[in-house]
Amino acid sequence: MQDTTGPKGLTRRELLSRSTAAGATFVVGAGFLAAPNAAWAVETTTLKPETFATLVQMARDIYPHDKVGDEFYVVAVKGYDADTTADMVEAGVAGLNAAARGKGHASYLAMGWERDRVDILRGMEDSAFFQQIRGGLVTGLYNQKAVWPIFGYEGASFDQGGYIDRGFNDINWL
Amino acid sequence: MTAPFELTDDNVVVVIGTGAGGGVLANELAQKGISVVALEAGGRYLPQDYVNDEWESFGQLAWLDPRTTSGDWRVAKDFSGLPAWIVKAVGGTTTHWAGASLRIQDHEFKAKTTYGNVQGASLLDWPIDPRELDDYYTKAENKLGVTRTGDRPGLPGNNNYKVFEAGAKALGYKDVHTGRMAINADENRDRAMCQQTGFCFQGCKWGAKWSAAYTDIPQGEATGNLEVREKAHVARILHNEAGKVTGVEYFDSDGNLHMQAARVVCVAGNSFESPRMLLNSATSMFPDGLANSSGQVGRNYMRHMTGSVYATFDKPVKMWRGTTMAGIIQDEARHDPSRGFVGGYELETLALGLPFMAAFLDPGGWGREFTSALDSYENMAGMWIVGEDMPQETNRVTLNHDVTDQWGLPVANVHFSDHPNDVAMRDHAYQQGAAVYEAVGATRVFPTPPYPSTHNLGTNRMSENPRDGVVNKWGQTHDIANLYVSDGSQFTTGAAENPTLTIVALAIRQADHLASEMSQGNI
Ligand SMILES: Cc1cc2nc3c(=O)[nH]c(=O)nc-3n(C[C@H](O)[C@H](O)[C@H](O)COP(=O)(O)OP(=O)(O)OC[C@H]3O[C@@H](n4cnc5c(N)ncnc54)[C@H](O)[C@@H]3O)c2cc1C
Ligand code: SF4
Repeated sequence: MQDTTGPKGLTRRELLSRSTAAGATFVVGAGFLAAPNAAWAVETTTLKPETFATLVQMARDIYPHDKVGDEFYVVAVKGYDADTTADMVEAGVAGLNAAARGKGHASYLAMGWERDRVDILRGMEDSAFFQQIRGGLVTGLYNQKAVWPIFGYEGASFDQGGYIDRGFNDINWL
Repeated sequence: MTAPFELTDDNVVVVIGTGAGGGVLANELAQKGISVVALEAGGRYLPQDYVNDEWESFGQLAWLDPRTTSGDWRVAKDFSGLPAWIVKAVGGTTTHWAGASLRIQDHEFKAKTTYGNVQGASLLDWPIDPRELDDYYTKAENKLGVTRTGDRPGLPGNNNYKVFEAGAKALGYKDVHTGRMAINADENRDRAMCQQTGFCFQGCKWGAKWSAAYTDIPQGEATGNLEVREKAHVARILHNEAGKVTGVEYFDSDGNLHMQAARVVCVAGNSFESPRMLLNSATSMFPDGLANSSGQVGRNYMRHMTGSVYATFDKPVKMWRGTTMAGIIQDEARHDPSRGFVGGYELETLALGLPFMAAFLDPGGWGREFTSALDSYENMAGMWIVGEDMPQETNRVTLNHDVTDQWGLPVANVHFSDHPNDVAMRDHAYQQGAAVYEAVGATRVFPTPPYPSTHNLGTNRMSENPRDGVVNKWGQTHDIANLYVSDGSQFTTGAAENPTLTIVALAIRQADHLASEMSQGNI
């Protein structure tokens, strides 16, 4: 993804073209987001697709794990694509984009460097929007069983008889 | 077998709460042939019901009724509605607990005498001579099956322990072992042997760890003298014109209010709910709440000086495998004011799964500093710090009349601020904990702030003088002869040790006392 400078708003077409051109995660169609490699796809029902894409990027910027694919971040924030939260998220994301424009970028998503996006997040760290998204991610992201193996965490062990014969004391480098 | 007692039966002892204190007391009384009705706000969950999943288990077992917080402790900011991480279920927090079972040291029973006047602290000596407790501690260790006591061997060390032990030895610590744990380390005992599944906090599915839920409670029920009413939430304790308690009012799960008569009432709802019940029982005769002529109900709340140290290494540890807390360094538990604080602390191994680690490593933390730590989760080792905190009158549980629970009862507000002694001790412990891991090559260490309280003590404390506390050396309230406190809220001071063994020893002792007082017709 490249930095764009002008203060103009981002159209869906621009996002589409830039995303595809830079090999970024999202291809945005009407209410539809998908990974370029088709690893996952999600349809938004309430949020604008750009808004949802921005939310996913925000989620990754809050808890960036380079080994964790976007599909997990999508799952973590998918719940916000609902009538009860749509206004809050649209407003919050509009705030992110306004802050990005204030720094000379077309939008939050158009900022190429994580550190520039994180600067914006730091500036709104105490806002209710940021705190709700961050707080929700703590369980939304890390409590996905499918994410655990990426961190090496093995989850439930009772059904396998515990670790008594499966390496509870197998450390070998001390 | 349950023994249904009539609501009007005023010969029964009513025990409120079935955790470490109430669960043991109820069984001990039942064994002596005394009729007991135990009222428990939570439901009943047994090993087959427990789940090896941190949040799911939390949802199943934790006390989630509303509470509020104030004071400058970080929990009030990060977990404002969750001051404590404790259980609402038959067996209470003994379903969650890790099993570390230590005796309080002699000098800690004499905290005021040993530490002298500590500014801002409301220290007292316990009104109990430590020798009076020796036999009860032995009984408690036998009941719980504590490793490294009696003829019981220690647990084997898991990966997390091995890192901890190697670091401790490199630092010159001497008193280092896999702990005194209420977890079976060998076969041929009444509970299964620990299978090192590593979900001790979520309820032990093997039943290897002691919990009142599947030991004392069914044993008591088997006598026919104990009836446990689950999902029975006590609202208030009732009294007559003579100032004696006569029974309790409780809500059943459908919200119907019942009155259970009683000869004696024993309060064991843990250190927030026990004072809350006494305060919510205020009447024109006792306008400040029951047993509160001293004004001490709810005060002197202690939660132990705690914190954790996690560290990452360049190679895997897999700390979550095996027992959650079987490892201890006791060298710092002594009283040695040359370290810059009074009292001492224990260092104990601790592992959290990934979901809890994300929530507790640095609450509110985010960005790469935070996520790079979790990226090394597999290479992480961890320990918990538990030390003596100073009792302070202003750290207290009060009623918050602006917030009510599902029964319309004012909730507990928990106010806490660290004493400077707590801060100095925590800083020392953070340094020592970090040094342990650095001695074996840690690449990064994380001085992690205290979690919502797991140890809650002191809010109905024991005192020699009725002016200074709520109960006497037997847990009997100074004001009302047939009203007792039977949980950790009796603690005069916190000591450095995990509290449950002492709660259990006091409950066994209180049962002896109650039986004798009742047979003599004193209550
Ligand atoms: C994760 C964790 C790990 C721990 N590890 C250790 C350890 O290793 N060693 C150690 O010594 N301690 C440990 N503890 C602490 C230990 O669990 C407690 O000290 C002990 O259980 C407290 O006993 P209690 O009787 O005071 O209260 P609890 O065991 O909490 O029991 C209180 C009961 O009262 C019930 N109750 C409350 N209010 C009402 C009401 N109004 N009506 C009816 N019932 C009510 C509650 O539902 C609950 O079941 C740990 C705690 C936690 C959370
Ligand atoms: S590690 Fe041992 S004590 Fe802990 S839950 Fe597993 S079997 Fe029970």
